[in-house]
Amino acid sequence: MKQRWSRWALTAGALTISATAFAAGPSAEMLSNACAGCHGTHGGSAGLTMPSLASQSKTAIVEAMKKFKSGERPSSIMGRIAKGYSDEQIDMMGDFFSKQKFHATSQAVDAAKAKKGADLQEANCSRCHLDDGKDGKDDTPVMASQWLPYLQMQMQLYQSGARKMPDKMAEKVKPLSKEDLDALLHFYASVK
Amino acid sequence: MTMQRRDFLKLVGAGAGISAATALSGCAGTGLSDTTGGRRVVVIGGGYGGTIAAKYIRMMDKSIEVVLVERNDHFVSCPFSNLYLGGILPDLSTLTIKYDKLTTNHGVKVVQAEVTGIDAAGHVVQTSRGPIKYDRLVVSPGIGFRTEEIKGYDAKTPEIMPHAWKAGPQTLLLRKQLEAMPDGGTVVLSIPLGPFRCPPGPYERTSMIAMYLKKHKPKSKIIVLDANPDIVSKGKLFKKGWAKYYQGIIDYRPAKKVTEIDTGKMTVLVEGIEEVKGDVINLIPPQRAADIAVAAGLVGDDKRWCPVNMATFESAKHKDVHVIGDASIAGAMPKSGYSANSEAKICATNVVALMNKREIVGLSGINTCYSYITEKEAVSVAAVYTLQDGKIVGVKGSGGVSPDLNEAEAIFAKSWLNNILTEMST
Repeated sequence: MKQRWSRWALTAGALTISATAFAAGPSAEMLSNACAGCHGTHGGSAGLTMPSLASQSKTAIVEAMKKFKSGERPSSIMGRIAKGYSDEQIDMMGDFFSKQKFHATSQAVDAAKAKKGADLQEANCSRCHLDDGKDGKDDTPVMASQWLPYLQMQMQLYQSGARKMPDKMAEKVKPLSKEDLDALLHFYASVK
Repeated sequence: MTMQRRDFLKLVGAGAGISAATALSGCAGTGLSDTTGGRRVVVIGGGYGGTIAAKYIRMMDKSIEVVLVERNDHFVSCPFSNLYLGGILPDLSTLTIKYDKLTTNHGVKVVQAEVTGIDAAGHVVQTSRGPIKYDRLVVSPGIGFRTEEIKGYDAKTPEIMPHAWKAGPQTLLLRKQLEAMPDGGTVVLSIPLGPFRCPPGPYERTSMIAMYLKKHKPKSKIIVLDANPDIVSKGKLFKKGWAKYYQGIIDYRPAKKVTEIDTGKMTVLVEGIEEVKGDVINLIPPQRAADIAVAAGLVGDDKRWCPVNMATFESAKHKDVHVIGDASIAGAMPKSGYSANSEAKICATNVVALMNKREIVGLSGINTCYSYITEKEAVSVAAVYTLQDGKIVGVKGSGGVSPDLNEAEAIFAKSWLNNILTEMST
């Protein structure tokens, strides 16, 4: 951009227009920093119902934003915010947050539940939610260290049908009891 | 956030003590008066805007020295202070932050001092602890009051008719007055003509005071004298909530501008003719940018608010000085805490760009704001902002208010507060 500007300035000769008038569009960082008031600096949330976006799967963020925008995924405020961005900008934000350092949280979880959840994760979820839910390289969202109230809220939305589960996930979740699911969430919240 | 309640009460209970301590350290000097090394940004004000500007400049460019000048050693959030008035919060401790982690985590130099003047030509900030030189200055001073427009208002008025529009001792005082008021009493809340800090704030306050009265003093009522022709923000939702929960308690009167007061008789006068008496009077005066911004010549032709280049928040009045937050004229962005947070990042990004002679980065901002109507139900407003023809405008199709009062947003609001205060203090 800078190069293009100087070349243009050269051909334009004596034109003296302030550089501000020709400001580039918002950068990925500019777009993403605006989210940090709620989602924490660089996407590391301080809780309790706001998810961390740091190191999140880029695909997961982009899909979530597009679904908020279309109304397919239920929300209170995110739908109104997502409508403020182009698909290209959503892509830039997804890219920015996916590259931030993993945000480990310290939260109180039930140790017995977390232990049970670890076994359930291994048996049921680990083929997609790799590395105890820490890996967000593909399209599977990072679950590790997300705040428990956020995880519980989303599971409620899944259970009520307000948020649609991916088919592969629905298959695994269906046979699990309420207690099993709760244990799983305690496990994910405890992973650092 | 982790401060003990006792320590906090010590702090806010002793307003005079704080000033005295500041004055005592006045002779200590700042060590920042001579040269800047060409890389110093001074930030005035440690609130929603200033803390974020200071932190983000340091995060983006460690070669820039950042000095944050703030008169207090802590900050009390205005957002959520209405919940203390309503009795939801037992004290202000969860609304209070300190600055030490901005120093340890980001290397922000915090100077506790009163700013007494700005010499824009000389690039110097005058403070109670001596002068501080700067290369660029970010001013985030908040609001001041146009008390001269209310006949009978003097320096003692806020002790009798608190505004509680800057959170801290004023908030504690208003709560104390509400507690002391006998059942059957009348609270008068006077709202000035906009623009003022936090457009939905007075109506959330009305809700919270009504909630307190309903629970503890059911024979009492609150008369709202609003200088504006109607509720300024989230109007339909507030009216719906009031009709549902506070019928007979809230007496809302639009287009009633208070022009005169009598603190002895505890009355206010609407347009010089209609007298209204209150047992508790919460008088929110009309507003402008904080005194320091006015004194420094940063306000525009209206003598109230600070015009800026909206791309960078650089003052239209003084070069190398930026104004953010409530004091600035930021187009469609409201005078809110989240706006100040967002403006601070836009400003920080471009202060760093300007100091490195790089191209200005295009603007993108957000506002989100929650208001409580009852202990369990809240509403929100949100928007995304961009720059169009040099002006900040809402992105078409984005934003709006909640469809209805709801319990989920009362929960989300607490997470909002937790995150934004954590961002400001870590």
